[in-house]
Amino acid sequence: MAELQVALVSVEREIWSGEAREVNTRTTEGELGILPGHTPLLGQLTAGATVRISRDGGDIVAAVHGGFLSVTDEGVTVLAEIAELSDDIDTARARTALERARSENDEDAESRAEARLAAAGEKV
Amino acid sequence: MGAQLRVYRRRMRSVQSTKKITRAMELIAASRIAKAQAAVRASQPYVREITKVISALASQSVIDHPLVSEKPNPSRAAVLVVSSDRGLAGGYNANAFKAAESLYSLLRGEKKEPVVYAIGRKAVGYYRFRGRTLEQEWTGFSEQPTYAAAKEAADALIEAFVKPTEEGGVDEIHIVYTEFVSALRQAPVANRILPLVVVDTEEEAPDGPLPLYEFEPGAESLLDALLPRYVETRVFAALLESAASESASRRRAMKAATDNAEELIKTLTRAANAARQAEITQEISEIVGGADALASSGSE
Repeated sequence: MAELQVALVSVEREIWSGEAREVNTRTTEGELGILPGHTPLLGQLTAGATVRISRDGGDIVAAVHGGFLSVTDEGVTVLAEIAELSDDIDTARARTALERARSENDEDAESRAEARLAAAGEKV
Repeated sequence: MGAQLRVYRRRMRSVQSTKKITRAMELIAASRIAKAQAAVRASQPYVREITKVISALASQSVIDHPLVSEKPNPSRAAVLVVSSDRGLAGGYNANAFKAAESLYSLLRGEKKEPVVYAIGRKAVGYYRFRGRTLEQEWTGFSEQPTYAAAKEAADALIEAFVKPTEEGGVDEIHIVYTEFVSALRQAPVANRILPLVVVDTEEEAPDGPLPLYEFEPGAESLLDALLPRYVETRVFAALLESAASESASRRRAMKAATDNAEELIKTLTRAANAARQAEITQEISEIVGGADALASSGSE
Protein backbone atom coordinates (compact mmCIF):
# COMPACT_ATOMS: atom_id res chain seq x y z
CA MET A 1 0.00 0.00 0.00
CA ALA A 2 1.15 3.47 -0.72
CA GLU A 3 2.45 5.42 2.23
CA LEU A 4 1.88 9.00 3.24
CA GLN A 5 4.81 11.32 3.76
CA VAL A 6 3.92 13.18 6.93
CA ALA A 7 5.69 16.15 8.48
CA LEU A 8 4.70 17.79 11.73
CA VAL A 9 6.30 21.21 11.83
CA SER A 10 6.08 23.74 14.61
CA VAL A 11 7.25 27.32 14.42
CA GLU A 12 10.39 26.59 16.37
CA ARG A 13 11.40 23.30 14.78
CA GLU A 14 10.32 20.27 12.80
CA ILE A 15 8.84 17.93 15.39
CA TRP A 16 8.41 14.74 13.46
CA SER A 17 8.51 13.51 9.90
CA GLY A 18 8.25 10.13 8.32
CA GLU A 19 5.95 7.69 6.61
CA ALA A 20 2.50 6.81 7.85
CA ARG A 21 -0.64 4.96 6.83
CA GLU A 22 -3.22 7.44 7.98
CA VAL A 23 -3.57 10.83 9.62
CA ASN A 24 -6.56 11.72 11.77
CA THR A 25 -7.35 15.12 13.10
CA ARG A 26 -10.09 17.68 13.47
CA THR A 27 -10.44 20.80 11.35
CA THR A 28 -12.81 23.66 12.06
CA GLU A 29 -15.29 21.82 9.80
CA GLY A 30 -15.10 18.48 11.55
CA GLU A 31 -13.22 15.23 12.00
CA LEU A 32 -10.98 14.31 9.14
CA GLY A 33 -9.07 11.21 8.21
CA ILE A 34 -6.48 11.21 5.47
CA LEU A 35 -5.38 8.14 3.60
CA PRO A 36 -2.82 7.94 0.80
CA GLY A 37 -4.16 9.42 -2.42
CA HIS A 38 -6.31 12.02 -0.70
CA THR A 39 -7.23 14.99 -2.81
CA PRO A 40 -5.17 18.15 -2.15
CA LEU A 41 -6.57 20.04 0.80
CA LEU A 42 -5.83 23.01 2.99
CA GLY A 43 -7.47 23.03 6.38
CA GLN A 44 -7.41 24.96 9.59
CA LEU A 45 -7.30 22.81 12.69
CA THR A 46 -9.44 23.60 15.71
CA ALA A 47 -7.85 25.36 18.65
CA GLY A 48 -6.45 22.55 20.72
CA ALA A 49 -6.65 19.76 18.17
CA THR A 50 -4.96 16.41 18.43
CA VAL A 51 -3.27 14.83 15.44
CA ARG A 52 -2.99 11.05 15.30
CA ILE A 53 -0.50 9.67 12.83
CA SER A 54 -1.05 5.94 12.35
CA ARG A 55 1.94 4.00 11.19
CA ASP A 56 3.65 0.67 11.63
CA GLY A 57 5.44 0.49 14.92
CA GLY A 58 3.18 2.63 17.05
CA ASP A 59 0.96 5.61 16.45
CA ILE A 60 2.17 9.12 16.98
CA VAL A 61 -0.16 11.47 18.76
CA ALA A 62 0.47 15.16 19.14
CA ALA A 63 -1.34 18.08 20.68
CA VAL A 64 -1.42 20.90 18.19
CA HIS A 65 -2.32 24.49 18.86
CA GLY A 66 -3.01 27.02 16.13
CA GLY A 67 -2.48 24.49 13.41
CA PHE A 68 -3.00 24.13 9.68
CA LEU A 69 -3.09 21.05 7.56
CA SER A 70 -1.86 20.85 4.02
CA VAL A 71 -2.39 17.78 1.92
CA THR A 72 -0.68 17.57 -1.45
CA ASP A 73 0.28 14.78 -3.78
CA GLU A 74 3.63 14.61 -2.02
CA GLY A 75 2.23 14.17 1.44
CA VAL A 76 0.72 15.75 4.51
CA THR A 77 2.14 18.68 6.39
CA VAL A 78 0.82 19.84 9.72
CA LEU A 79 1.86 23.40 10.54
CA ALA A 80 1.51 24.32 14.18
CA GLU A 81 2.17 27.30 16.35
CA ILE A 82 2.78 24.95 19.25
CA ALA A 83 2.91 21.17 18.95
CA GLU A 84 3.83 18.55 21.50
CA LEU A 85 4.21 14.83 21.05
CA SER A 86 2.29 12.72 23.54
CA ASP A 87 5.53 11.31 24.95
CA ASP A 88 6.79 14.78 25.78
CA ILE A 89 3.66 15.89 27.56
CA ASP A 90 3.79 16.25 31.30
CA THR A 91 0.24 15.24 32.27
CA ALA A 92 0.50 16.57 35.81
CA ARG A 93 1.51 19.97 34.51
CA ALA A 94 -1.16 19.90 31.84
CA ARG A 95 -3.74 19.12 34.50
CA THR A 96 -2.72 22.03 36.72
CA ALA A 97 -2.67 24.27 33.66
CA LEU A 98 -6.21 23.12 32.86
CA GLU A 99 -7.43 23.84 36.36
CA ARG A 100 -5.82 27.25 36.35
CA ALA A 101 -7.31 28.04 32.94
CA ARG A 102 -10.76 26.98 34.15
CA SER A 103 -10.56 29.10 37.28
CA GLU A 104 -9.42 32.10 35.24
CA ASN A 105 -11.96 31.47 32.48
CA ASP A 106 -9.20 31.51 29.88
CA GLU A 107 -10.77 29.56 27.05
CA ASP A 108 -7.68 29.59 24.91
CA ALA A 109 -5.49 28.08 27.59
CA GLU A 110 -8.24 25.65 28.52
CA SER A 111 -8.53 24.17 25.06
CA ARG A 112 -4.76 23.98 24.84
CA ALA A 113 -4.50 22.08 28.11
CA GLU A 114 -7.37 19.80 27.11
CA ALA A 115 -5.64 18.96 23.86
CA ARG A 116 -2.46 18.10 25.67
CA LEU A 117 -4.30 15.79 28.04
CA ALA A 118 -6.24 14.20 25.20
CA ALA A 119 -3.05 13.61 23.23
CA ALA A 120 -1.45 12.00 26.25
CA GLY A 121 -4.42 9.64 26.43
CA GLU A 122 -5.85 11.03 29.66
CA LYS A 123 -9.50 11.57 30.43
CA VAL A 124 -10.41 15.22 30.59
CA MET B 1 58.43 48.65 47.04
CA GLY B 2 58.42 51.96 45.22
CA ALA B 3 55.24 53.88 44.59
CA GLN B 4 55.66 53.64 40.82
CA LEU B 5 55.92 49.87 40.86
CA ARG B 6 52.89 49.56 43.11
CA VAL B 7 50.79 51.62 40.71
CA TYR B 8 51.80 49.39 37.78
CA ARG B 9 51.05 46.21 39.70
CA ARG B 10 47.62 47.50 40.68
CA ARG B 11 46.75 48.37 37.10
CA MET B 12 47.94 44.99 35.91
CA ARG B 13 45.67 43.23 38.38
CA SER B 14 42.73 45.32 37.26
CA VAL B 15 43.35 44.68 33.56
CA GLN B 16 43.87 40.99 34.32
CA SER B 17 40.43 40.68 35.91
CA THR B 18 38.80 42.67 33.11
CA LYS B 19 40.39 40.27 30.68
CA LYS B 20 38.91 37.32 32.55
CA ILE B 21 35.46 38.84 32.24
CA THR B 22 35.76 39.66 28.54
CA ARG B 23 37.20 36.23 27.83
CA ALA B 24 34.24 34.60 29.59
CA MET B 25 31.77 36.77 27.66
CA GLU B 26 33.52 35.89 24.42
CA LEU B 27 33.17 32.18 25.10
CA ILE B 28 29.53 32.51 26.15
CA ALA B 29 28.73 34.52 23.01
CA ALA B 30 30.52 31.96 20.86
CA SER B 31 28.37 29.14 22.20
CA ARG B 32 25.25 31.29 21.83
CA ILE B 33 25.98 31.88 18.12
CA ALA B 34 25.85 28.15 17.47
CA LYS B 35 22.62 27.86 19.42
CA ALA B 36 21.05 30.85 17.67
CA GLN B 37 22.05 29.53 14.26
CA ALA B 38 20.52 26.17 15.11
CA ALA B 39 17.30 27.99 16.07
CA VAL B 40 17.32 29.82 12.74
CA ARG B 41 17.76 26.55 10.90
CA ALA B 42 15.10 24.77 12.95
CA SER B 43 12.55 27.46 12.16
CA GLN B 44 13.06 27.19 8.43
CA PRO B 45 10.82 24.19 7.68
CA TYR B 46 7.82 26.09 9.01
CA VAL B 47 8.62 29.19 6.97
CA ARG B 48 9.05 27.06 3.86
CA GLU B 49 5.78 25.22 4.38
CA ILE B 50 3.68 28.24 5.23
CA THR B 51 5.05 30.05 2.18
CA LYS B 52 4.12 27.05 0.08
CA VAL B 53 0.60 26.97 1.52
CA ILE B 54 0.02 30.68 0.99
CA SER B 55 1.37 30.51 -2.56
CA ALA B 56 -1.03 27.64 -3.21
CA LEU B 57 -3.90 29.71 -1.86
CA ALA B 58 -2.83 32.75 -3.82
CA SER B 59 -2.60 30.76 -7.02
CA GLN B 60 -6.19 29.66 -6.71
CA SER B 61 -8.10 32.59 -5.43
CA VAL B 62 -7.61 36.27 -5.93
CA ILE B 63 -6.15 37.43 -2.66
CA ASP B 64 -8.20 40.35 -1.55
CA HIS B 65 -7.35 40.82 2.06
CA PRO B 66 -6.61 43.94 4.14
CA LEU B 67 -3.14 42.62 4.95
CA VAL B 68 -2.07 42.40 1.31
CA SER B 69 -3.72 45.45 -0.23
CA GLU B 70 -1.85 48.72 -0.49
CA LYS B 71 -3.63 51.60 1.21
CA PRO B 72 -4.26 54.74 -0.81
CA ASN B 73 -2.17 57.75 0.25
CA PRO B 74 -0.12 56.16 3.01
CA SER B 75 0.73 58.77 5.64
CA ARG B 76 1.90 56.83 8.66
CA ALA B 77 4.45 54.01 8.65
CA ALA B 78 5.33 51.85 11.63
CA VAL B 79 8.95 50.87 12.08
CA LEU B 80 9.87 47.97 14.34
CA VAL B 81 13.47 48.32 15.48
CA VAL B 82 15.11 45.16 16.77
CA SER B 83 18.01 45.76 19.15
CA SER B 84 19.66 43.91 22.01
CA ASP B 85 18.87 44.04 25.70
CA ARG B 86 22.47 44.29 26.79
CA GLY B 87 25.37 46.29 25.46
CA LEU B 88 29.00 45.26 24.91
CA ALA B 89 28.18 44.03 21.44
CA GLY B 90 30.37 46.35 19.40
CA GLY B 91 28.53 48.30 16.75
CA TYR B 92 25.53 45.97 16.69
CA ASN B 93 22.98 48.38 18.12
CA ALA B 94 24.50 51.54 16.67
CA ASN B 95 24.37 50.02 13.18
CA ALA B 96 20.74 49.00 13.57
CA PHE B 97 19.80 52.49 14.78
CA LYS B 98 21.67 54.07 11.89
CA ALA B 99 19.76 51.89 9.43
CA ALA B 100 16.54 52.89 11.19
CA GLU B 101 17.40 56.60 10.97
CA SER B 102 18.02 56.40 7.24
CA LEU B 103 14.71 54.55 6.86
CA TYR B 104 12.96 57.38 8.74
CA SER B 105 14.36 60.03 6.44
CA LEU B 106 13.41 57.91 3.44
CA LEU B 107 9.85 57.60 4.76
CA ARG B 108 9.64 61.31 5.55
CA GLY B 109 10.75 61.99 1.99
CA GLU B 110 7.71 60.00 0.86
CA LYS B 111 5.49 62.05 3.18
CA LYS B 112 5.02 59.23 5.63
CA GLU B 113 5.30 59.81 9.34
CA PRO B 114 7.40 57.11 11.02
CA VAL B 115 5.91 55.55 14.15
CA VAL B 116 8.51 53.68 16.16
CA TYR B 117 8.06 50.33 17.89
CA ALA B 118 11.09 49.05 19.76
CA ILE B 119 12.36 45.63 20.73
CA GLY B 120 15.25 45.43 23.18
CA ARG B 121 16.30 47.63 26.08
CA LYS B 122 18.98 49.37 24.02
CA ALA B 123 16.47 50.70 21.50
CA VAL B 124 14.19 51.84 24.31
CA GLY B 125 17.11 53.67 25.94
CA TYR B 126 18.22 55.20 22.65
CA TYR B 127 14.84 56.71 21.84
CA ARG B 128 14.05 57.72 25.44
CA PHE B 129 17.33 59.59 25.69
CA ARG B 130 16.51 61.51 22.52
CA GLY B 131 13.05 62.32 23.77
CA ARG B 132 11.27 60.47 20.95
CA THR B 133 8.00 58.78 21.61
CA LEU B 134 7.79 55.04 21.32
CA GLU B 135 4.47 53.60 20.29
CA GLN B 136 5.16 50.33 22.05
CA GLU B 137 8.16 48.48 23.39
CA TRP B 138 9.08 44.90 24.24
CA THR B 139 12.18 43.86 26.15
CA GLY B 140 13.82 40.91 27.83
CA PHE B 141 14.17 38.30 25.10
CA SER B 142 16.71 39.62 22.61
CA GLU B 143 19.23 36.81 23.07
CA GLN B 144 16.79 33.92 23.10
CA PRO B 145 13.61 35.05 21.37
CA THR B 146 10.52 32.90 21.77
CA TYR B 147 7.70 32.63 19.31
CA ALA B 148 5.32 33.98 21.93
CA ALA B 149 7.36 37.19 22.06
CA ALA B 150 7.36 37.52 18.28
CA LYS B 151 3.62 36.87 18.22
CA GLU B 152 2.94 39.56 20.78
CA ALA B 153 4.85 42.16 18.77
CA ALA B 154 3.45 41.03 15.43
CA ASP B 155 -0.13 41.04 16.72
CA ALA B 156 0.25 44.58 18.05
CA LEU B 157 1.57 45.66 14.64
CA ILE B 158 -1.23 43.93 12.76
CA GLU B 159 -3.78 45.56 15.02
CA ALA B 160 -2.28 48.99 14.30
CA PHE B 161 -2.25 48.18 10.60
CA VAL B 162 -5.90 47.18 10.50
CA LYS B 163 -7.01 50.28 12.40
CA PRO B 164 -7.94 53.27 10.19
CA THR B 165 -5.20 55.88 9.93
CA GLU B 166 -7.33 58.61 11.47
CA GLU B 167 -7.70 56.61 14.66
CA GLY B 168 -3.98 56.16 15.11
CA GLY B 169 -3.48 53.25 12.77
CA VAL B 170 -0.59 52.87 10.37
CA ASP B 171 -0.50 52.27 6.63
CA GLU B 172 2.74 50.37 6.35
CA ILE B 173 4.92 48.29 8.61
CA HIS B 174 8.67 48.09 8.30
CA ILE B 175 11.13 46.10 10.34
CA VAL B 176 14.78 46.93 10.97
CA TYR B 177 16.88 44.01 12.12
CA THR B 178 20.39 42.67 11.72
CA GLU B 179 20.96 39.97 9.20
CA PHE B 180 23.46 37.27 10.05
CA VAL B 181 25.58 37.12 6.91
CA SER B 182 28.47 35.23 8.44
CA ALA B 183 30.20 34.98 11.79
CA LEU B 184 32.30 37.96 10.74
CA ARG B 185 29.69 40.08 9.02
CA GLN B 186 26.28 41.18 10.21
CA ALA B 187 24.38 43.66 8.13
CA PRO B 188 21.45 45.77 9.33
CA VAL B 189 18.52 45.53 6.93
CA ALA B 190 15.19 47.30 6.63
CA ASN B 191 12.28 45.39 5.15
CA ARG B 192 8.65 46.16 4.63
CA ILE B 193 6.46 43.43 6.08
CA LEU B 194 3.01 44.93 5.56
CA PRO B 195 1.23 45.23 3.21
CA LEU B 196 2.43 41.76 2.44
CA VAL B 197 4.13 40.72 -0.70
CA VAL B 198 3.86 36.98 -0.76
CA VAL B 199 7.13 35.68 -2.04
CA ASP B 200 6.45 32.89 -4.43
CA THR B 201 9.58 30.83 -4.03
CA GLU B 202 8.43 27.94 -6.12
CA GLU B 203 8.60 27.98 -9.83
CA GLU B 204 5.44 27.47 -11.71
CA ALA B 205 5.02 23.89 -12.76
CA PRO B 206 5.97 23.68 -16.44
CA ASP B 207 2.98 21.57 -17.40
CA GLY B 208 -0.40 22.54 -16.09
CA PRO B 209 -1.43 24.55 -13.03
CA LEU B 210 -0.88 23.60 -9.40
CA PRO B 211 -3.19 20.92 -8.05
CA LEU B 212 -6.66 22.06 -7.18
CA TYR B 213 -7.10 22.30 -3.47
CA GLU B 214 -10.10 21.78 -1.31
CA PHE B 215 -10.41 24.30 1.48
CA GLU B 216 -11.64 23.67 4.96
CA PRO B 217 -13.06 26.17 5.87
CA GLY B 218 -13.34 28.44 2.82
CA ALA B 219 -10.39 30.11 1.17
CA GLU B 220 -11.16 33.46 2.71
CA SER B 221 -11.36 32.38 6.32
CA LEU B 222 -8.22 30.35 5.76
CA LEU B 223 -6.43 33.46 4.58
CA ASP B 224 -7.76 35.34 7.58
CA ALA B 225 -6.12 32.78 9.80
CA LEU B 226 -2.98 32.20 7.76
CA LEU B 227 -1.79 35.70 6.91
CA PRO B 228 -1.33 36.85 10.52
CA ARG B 229 0.64 33.63 11.15
CA TYR B 230 2.80 34.49 8.16
CA VAL B 231 3.53 37.97 9.53
CA GLU B 232 4.34 36.45 12.90
CA THR B 233 6.80 34.05 11.36
CA ARG B 234 8.46 36.90 9.47
CA VAL B 235 8.90 38.81 12.73
CA PHE B 236 10.06 35.67 14.49
CA ALA B 237 12.62 34.98 11.75
CA ALA B 238 13.90 38.55 12.09
CA LEU B 239 14.24 38.12 15.85
CA LEU B 240 16.15 34.87 15.45
CA GLU B 241 18.52 36.38 12.88
CA SER B 242 19.08 39.36 15.13
CA ALA B 243 19.82 37.12 18.09
CA ALA B 244 22.47 35.28 16.08
CA SER B 245 23.92 38.60 14.90
CA GLU B 246 23.94 39.98 18.42
CA SER B 247 25.94 37.05 19.72
CA ALA B 248 28.34 37.20 16.78
CA SER B 249 28.87 40.94 17.31
CA ARG B 250 29.39 40.44 21.01
CA ARG B 251 31.86 37.66 20.45
CA ARG B 252 33.88 39.82 18.10
CA ALA B 253 33.78 42.83 20.41
CA MET B 254 34.79 40.74 23.40
CA LYS B 255 37.58 39.07 21.46
CA ALA B 256 38.94 42.50 20.57
CA ALA B 257 38.66 43.53 24.21
CA THR B 258 40.49 40.40 25.38
CA ASP B 259 43.26 40.91 22.84
CA ASN B 260 43.52 44.52 23.87
CA ALA B 261 43.76 43.56 27.55
CA GLU B 262 46.55 41.12 26.72
CA GLU B 263 48.40 43.84 24.87
CA LEU B 264 47.92 46.20 27.81
CA ILE B 265 49.19 43.63 30.28
CA LYS B 266 52.28 43.12 28.17
CA THR B 267 53.05 46.85 28.10
CA LEU B 268 52.37 47.21 31.79
CA THR B 269 54.62 44.24 32.61
CA ARG B 270 57.43 45.85 30.66
CA ALA B 271 56.90 49.18 32.41
CA ALA B 272 56.74 47.46 35.81
CA ASN B 273 59.97 45.58 35.11
CA ALA B 274 61.68 48.77 34.08
CA ALA B 275 60.45 50.47 37.24
CA ARG B 276 61.68 47.59 39.39
CA GLN B 277 65.07 47.63 37.71
CA ALA B 278 65.32 51.38 38.14
CA GLU B 279 64.59 50.95 41.83
CA ILE B 280 67.28 48.30 42.21
CA THR B 281 69.79 50.37 40.31
CA GLN B 282 69.01 53.31 42.50
CA GLU B 283 69.41 51.27 45.66
CA ILE B 284 72.75 49.88 44.50
CA SER B 285 74.07 53.28 43.59
CA GLU B 286 72.91 54.55 46.97
CA ILE B 287 74.73 51.71 48.76
CA VAL B 288 77.86 52.18 46.67
CA GLY B 289 77.67 55.89 47.22
CA GLY B 290 77.22 55.35 50.98
CA ALA B 291 80.13 52.87 51.15
CA ASP B 292 82.34 55.28 49.20
CA ALA B 293 81.46 58.06 51.57
CA LEU B 294 82.26 55.88 54.62
CA ALA B 295 85.52 54.67 53.10
CA SER B 296 86.67 58.14 52.25
CA SER B 297 85.73 59.48 55.69
CA GLY B 298 87.63 56.56 57.41
CA SER B 299 90.83 57.06 55.46
CA GLU B 300 91.20 60.67 56.49
